[in-house]
Amino acid sequence: MSMFCFFLFFMIFLVIAALIAVHTDNLLSSVICVGAIGFGGSLMFLFLRAPDIAITQIAVEVLGLIILIRATISRDKTFISGQREFFGIVFSVAVLFAISAVGLKGFEDLPEFGTPAFVAAAETQEIVASEDYIEQSLSRTGAANAVAAVILDWRAYDTLGEATVLFTSILGAVVILRKETRNSPETIK
Amino acid sequence: MLYAMCFFLFVIGLYCALVKKNMVKIVIGIMIMEYAVDLFLIMLGYRAGGVAPIVGKDEFDAVSGMVKSSFINASVDPLPQALVLTAIVISLGSLSLMISICIRTYEKYGTFDITEIRRLKG
Repeated sequence: MSMFCFFLFFMIFLVIAALIAVHTDNLLSSVICVGAIGFGGSLMFLFLRAPDIAITQIAVEVLGLIILIRATISRDKTFISGQREFFGIVFSVAVLFAISAVGLKGFEDLPEFGTPAFVAAAETQEIVASEDYIEQSLSRTGAANAVAAVILDWRAYDTLGEATVLFTSILGAVVILRKETRNSPETIK
Repeated sequence: MLYAMCFFLFVIGLYCALVKKNMVKIVIGIMIMEYAVDLFLIMLGYRAGGVAPIVGKDEFDAVSGMVKSSFINASVDPLPQALVLTAIVISLGSLSLMISICIRTYEKYGTFDITEIRRLKG
């Protein structure tokens, strides 16, 4: 129960940081609030017994903050006045309420917090993948860390696809940010 | 309750992405949505009083070569952790792509305001 209250306070902190990030006018403070969400989330992963995720989240968060600050520093002169058109806002808020209603209905079927979803599923099904991963990852792959066994052995093709997606997105960023094209007049001369 | 808070975080991000006019704010909204989904998936695999899915020396039975049942009944779910690890790394790639689009647009139009950019085009 005490752990539940602890997580609840953490979630309240994250929600407050998100609200400030959304509502502040200054882009730089907004980016700093995103950093607060990222590092707070990383701490929360640590207490949710996911140390691998926590380490990755810290590394990714530092890089992401550098990228975001690169975009906002000396460029936050943009003066935004007013909101979008009235009809657009009304439509978006209506969509938000519809999604919230559907989503909150979906939470009714979930097991209580503290019971993993795979334990609840094991009562009705014979084969549950997560149980096999916990039981057999050491004997069949030789990795003591079940998460490493899943991403590097059981689902290695998934990790290959991830590397491909990452490479493609970086390629796209390089193409977009490139100043001189190959056929520009300067290079022809 | 915690799931509902996670969903509230997601809705805040969605609101930011739908309503705000600043391009960087839209990117920030998408990032908040990513954090919320990652947190939700990890929470779904959490076991109260559980341990991280890493087999220690005491939890391993050297004779039979299998892990002990005390570990099997205490470990949190490793599957969402592995998939969220993938999603976090991919979110970095998509963030860099979105931010490079923002920087390029700023160089071309001199503003982050998306309604302003639309007006210049028409």
